[in-house]
Amino acid sequence: MEKILSKPESLKDSVLSYCPGCGHGIIHRLVAECVDELNLREKTIAVAPVGCAVFAYDYFNFDTTEAPHGRPPAVATGIKRTNPDKFVFTYQGDGDIAAIGMAETIHAANRGENITIIFVNNANYGMTGGQMAPTTLIGQVTETTPFGRDPKREGYPIHLCELLATLEGTTYLERVSIYNPQNIIKAKKAIKKAFQCQLDGKGFSLVEVISNCPVDWGMTPLDSIKWTEETFIKTFPLGVIKDKTNV
Amino acid sequence: MKKLIKGNIALCEGAIAAGLHAYFGYPITPQNEIPAYMSKKMVELKRVFVQAESEIAAANMVLGAAVTGKRAMTSSSSPGISLKQEAISYMAGLQLPSLIVNVQRGGPGLGNISGSQSDYFQAVKGGGHGDYRLIVLSPNSAQEMYEFAYDSFDLAEKYRSPVMILTDGIIGQMMEPVEFNKSEKKDFNDKNWVLTGCKGRQPRSVQSLLMKDGVLEKHNINLQEKYKIIAKNEVKYETFMTDDAEIIITAYGISSRIAKSAIKLARKEGIKAGLLRPKTLWPFPSQIIDSLAKKGTKFLSVELSHGQMIEDVKLAVNGKAPVEFLGKAGGGIVTEQEILVKIKEMAK
Amino acid sequence: MYDEIIIAGFGGQGVLLAGTLIAQAAIEQGLHTTWFPSYGAEMRGGTANSTVIVSDDEIGSPIAFNPNALIALNEPSLNKFMPRMTESSVIIANSSIIPQNKEYRIKLYFVPVTDIADKEIKNVKTANLVAVGALIKALEINCANPRRRSAGKEGDICELEDAKVLTLQSALSACEKAFSSKPEFVEINKKAIQAGYNFVK
Repeated sequence: MEKILSKPESLKDSVLSYCPGCGHGIIHRLVAECVDELNLREKTIAVAPVGCAVFAYDYFNFDTTEAPHGRPPAVATGIKRTNPDKFVFTYQGDGDIAAIGMAETIHAANRGENITIIFVNNANYGMTGGQMAPTTLIGQVTETTPFGRDPKREGYPIHLCELLATLEGTTYLERVSIYNPQNIIKAKKAIKKAFQCQLDGKGFSLVEVISNCPVDWGMTPLDSIKWTEETFIKTFPLGVIKDKTNV
Repeated sequence: MKKLIKGNIALCEGAIAAGLHAYFGYPITPQNEIPAYMSKKMVELKRVFVQAESEIAAANMVLGAAVTGKRAMTSSSSPGISLKQEAISYMAGLQLPSLIVNVQRGGPGLGNISGSQSDYFQAVKGGGHGDYRLIVLSPNSAQEMYEFAYDSFDLAEKYRSPVMILTDGIIGQMMEPVEFNKSEKKDFNDKNWVLTGCKGRQPRSVQSLLMKDGVLEKHNINLQEKYKIIAKNEVKYETFMTDDAEIIITAYGISSRIAKSAIKLARKEGIKAGLLRPKTLWPFPSQIIDSLAKKGTKFLSVELSHGQMIEDVKLAVNGKAPVEFLGKAGGGIVTEQEILVKIKEMAK
Repeated sequence: MYDEIIIAGFGGQGVLLAGTLIAQAAIEQGLHTTWFPSYGAEMRGGTANSTVIVSDDEIGSPIAFNPNALIALNEPSLNKFMPRMTESSVIIANSSIIPQNKEYRIKLYFVPVTDIADKEIKNVKTANLVAVGALIKALEINCANPRRRSAGKEGDICELEDAKVLTLQSALSACEKAFSSKPEFVEINKKAIQAGYNFVK
């Protein structure tokens, strides 16, 4: 019998610590497949965030470093500027990238750092038990918005891709999701394109992956997928936000 | 012939000669000469210079460069150093060699831009969260700014630890003749922990998050063992006329120079005064202070603060001799006459 | 010897450069020296100053505790630092813009450095170095430093051979160092120093 599908070399054999039904596992796999397919594993230095993906270095089978909360774009800047021949990406959540690390994100993007960011948006702080994130939807109940997110009190969900698109330094920005196979394929294509953008020296690329967090959302995995499709992506429409890779 | 140069620039030259690969900084007085000089020199040398969006980002860029084994530094002044503490704690936990320079100014808060020595506690007692130490060097001349910066990277790499140069606005801003007597470093030892991409080896991860049972405890024990070795091997100090001294002034950085002038004046008046100047604030020269604490000796800690290093002097003296204090903070500088008056008072 | 020299004036009058030139002259003579500027917000709008200490022994503070020489390139600078000067201090006042008809508690050397630079050197920007030349001469004939005085008698003329004062020669060679990247300025600045030196009698 011929083996036609195997685990990517860029994933270790370890068991993921993510909750049942969480999207991180799929996104990890997509990232690992893209690293393998572009033959980048041996020149990759990845930056893990603080948040659910903090243990990324236990799962990815390439060099990884930790970064303080929100600082991966600055850490990646330090790595890439001193090692322009390496492949450098960060893997960050919504709180990390768009709340505590917003300054680092915007300025790395504005400098056009030749790095890639995989931004997993699941509309809450997963690791700490489901508090409001900068991307939490209006009306969404979280641990710290028990009455639902009220714009008068908590402001509005931040659309990071759209925000970054206004900066001249950014090259490729796309929002994808993983709630069904069709979108998973699209997500992989986007990640690969973002990686290629860096390999071609074209500058800052970011892929926002709309993902689900069933446990902290208080839903079954199936319901979380349904909510992603019917509600979440209505606030965060999928698609290419900016593409200057052919310019 | 020696070159007339600012302390801040001498420091840049020392770091560059030591093979500095990347400088990340942010403007704040009185250290602005450092990023300004680096922005030209590093680019000319085809090395890395980035003006970061914040002190926080600058320190984390250093972390990123350090994780790949590159010699990297950042510099700032007191309020900026407070912001860098996050990355400094991480670098201590991740065991990353790097150089952080604090050209101290007056505090607390925004304070003012005059030279000060009020960040001693922050530098030697932690600064950020967690149980860690920095190797803290304290130059007292433009020449030492050059030399200490040059030596700092070897120290940092030897012990896989961030090194801080704790200086002040006066040493940083003044010009003095400096002899550039160090050779350009080019060969560095291979490091078996750096991230370079996993070609030909198992992947590495650099992390301070250690959640498994007992692992963090073990990590902390290892750090403490390392600090013990540093404390044993790396203490540096200068003594001046301490052999027969009955009054020993302890002072570092700019204060030590003024103290030395005062000691010379005191000696002219027949008072046996001497100076113990720590060149390393951590590890602190406790042993030599202990050995100087003979019967009848008195100590005087002179600082541009309201009494910080004096606590370490007292710990070293351990009750064997009285320890007095003279200092001011927030812009004033202790004069040699003020020190002399204090010495005379203590000699009575 | 131990000279604490303050050079002060408007920003743009070259007070920092004049200070570094004196410090460089000290290096030429193998003396210890420090130079310390006013910096940061202090410089904005008001008067700028730099302090040079020249000594044959190690120098403690680079900040002047007991200044014994002052170059005041404008009146606000003179007013600012005058209270710190003693009767034995040497003060060069730029009489091109500082009125001479006021009462001063200390005898000043009035030197029209701006006019000399403008008319004699044909470059008004060299006024700072005219003042440096004047200061060197004034220090030579004054033995202004109280510590140095305490060794000799009141009014003694310093011996030039024992290198206990900055010499004209070392200031001139400092000029070559200071302007090594702009050789076209070496001669004109040397001329300025010489002119200031010659003016003081």
